[in-house]
Amino acid sequence: MIGAALPELSIDLTPTMVVSTALATMDYTPVHHDTALARAQGSKDIFLNILTTMGLVERYVTDWAGPRAVIRSIDVKLGVPAYAGDRLTFSGTVVAGAGERLTVEVRGRVSLGEHATGTVTLETQ
Amino acid sequence: MTASDKREPAEAAPMTDEELHELAGKQAALGEVRGAPAADPVNVPMIRHWLTAMGDENPRYLEEGLAPPAMAQVWTMPGLRRGAKDRSPVDDMMAALDGSGYTGVVATNCEQTYHRYVRVGERLTPATRFAGLAGPKRTALGVGYFATWNITWYTDDDEPVAEMMFRVLKFRPPKAKAMEPYPLQPAVNQDTAFFWEGVNRGELRVQACADCGELRHPPGPLCPRCRSSERTYRVADGTGTLFSYVVHHHPPVPGRETPFVVGVVELPEGVRIVGNVVDCPVEEVRIGMPLRVTYRRMDDRLVLPMWTRP
Repeated sequence: MIGAALPELSIDLTPTMVVSTALATMDYTPVHHDTALARAQGSKDIFLNILTTMGLVERYVTDWAGPRAVIRSIDVKLGVPAYAGDRLTFSGTVVAGAGERLTVEVRGRVSLGEHATGTVTLETQ
Repeated sequence: MTASDKREPAEAAPMTDEELHELAGKQAALGEVRGAPAADPVNVPMIRHWLTAMGDENPRYLEEGLAPPAMAQVWTMPGLRRGAKDRSPVDDMMAALDGSGYTGVVATNCEQTYHRYVRVGERLTPATRFAGLAGPKRTALGVGYFATWNITWYTDDDEPVAEMMFRVLKFRPPKAKAMEPYPLQPAVNQDTAFFWEGVNRGELRVQACADCGELRHPPGPLCPRCRSSERTYRVADGTGTLFSYVVHHHPPVPGRETPFVVGVVELPEGVRIVGNVVDCPVEEVRIGMPLRVTYRRMDDRLVLPMWTRP
């Protein structure tokens, strides 16, 4: 199992995706839904909020591990913003495991570089 | 500090590095401060909405009435109830950093631990503990401080179900340089004002005769076809081809770096317009090349239309 690669997941970051996830995570900060305001603050466009990055990392790992997996922790180091109009591509590798407990290293890349890198620990049942 | 104290973070007075660290120590000493309970208990509609937005098709959550663990923070977000947000030990620290010029903010780390999955019907309450301040440090974004805090979410039975460590960089944004006034200003008058107003809105306007519709550029008082002095304009679509050009090497031109290309661009609307060809190496400029208009800010007031490869 250690060294096993997770299948890649590539997500099209449409404005609809950025806005609907911001609102589903109850985050009404304007830079996640108001393009004019995001640009006025020096951003290229609206961008994903952190709660969504965490949610997508979780989804990426459970898509692979299956519905019985229990996520114990998600540690993410945040990098470049994931702007609307870009693509977010996740890759992952199992880096440690003992018994049912696994540690997966996850990378989420966008065109500007690494948006999020980190580790997820989970229990498979 | 009570919830009714200062609400405007930017009003805090500037602090020295020592004072910022002293405040950080005080905020950390407050220990864990409970916030308001979530507006709603863990519920199916919010879970379904979240799963749909994330594209998460894991059936377990809705089948077993469990919240996806990464939703931990969602339950206690203030949403649009801004006034309802209660003060945490973090807020005063952020206000002090803002007041000291560290107004930029970027999150650097988010680490969540889930002790168990929470069930539909449980209500979560957050508790925030300020963990520490590190800095000032030189970073790619500017000089700044790293501020770290922890949030623990409790059920009504005081059982901690999820924890988060969150770290942000509060940085002093590098000062934007005031633009030098561009030395070559166009003559803006009653005949040409429409053109420059258009440029400021990102529109390439071409004068048109209000009687016969003939387009003309540069603007002039009379229609060369019907002699009418009635004028209006049309907005060109912003494409063209290079009709002719020169490469200016010498003499130096104030405000410009040589060499630069001055082109005559033929618009599909039927007029020709003079402008610089930019973002294209001089040796790649060719008569007949397709171009599109681009707008360049020259100083605080002047924007010039220029031409670039599509």
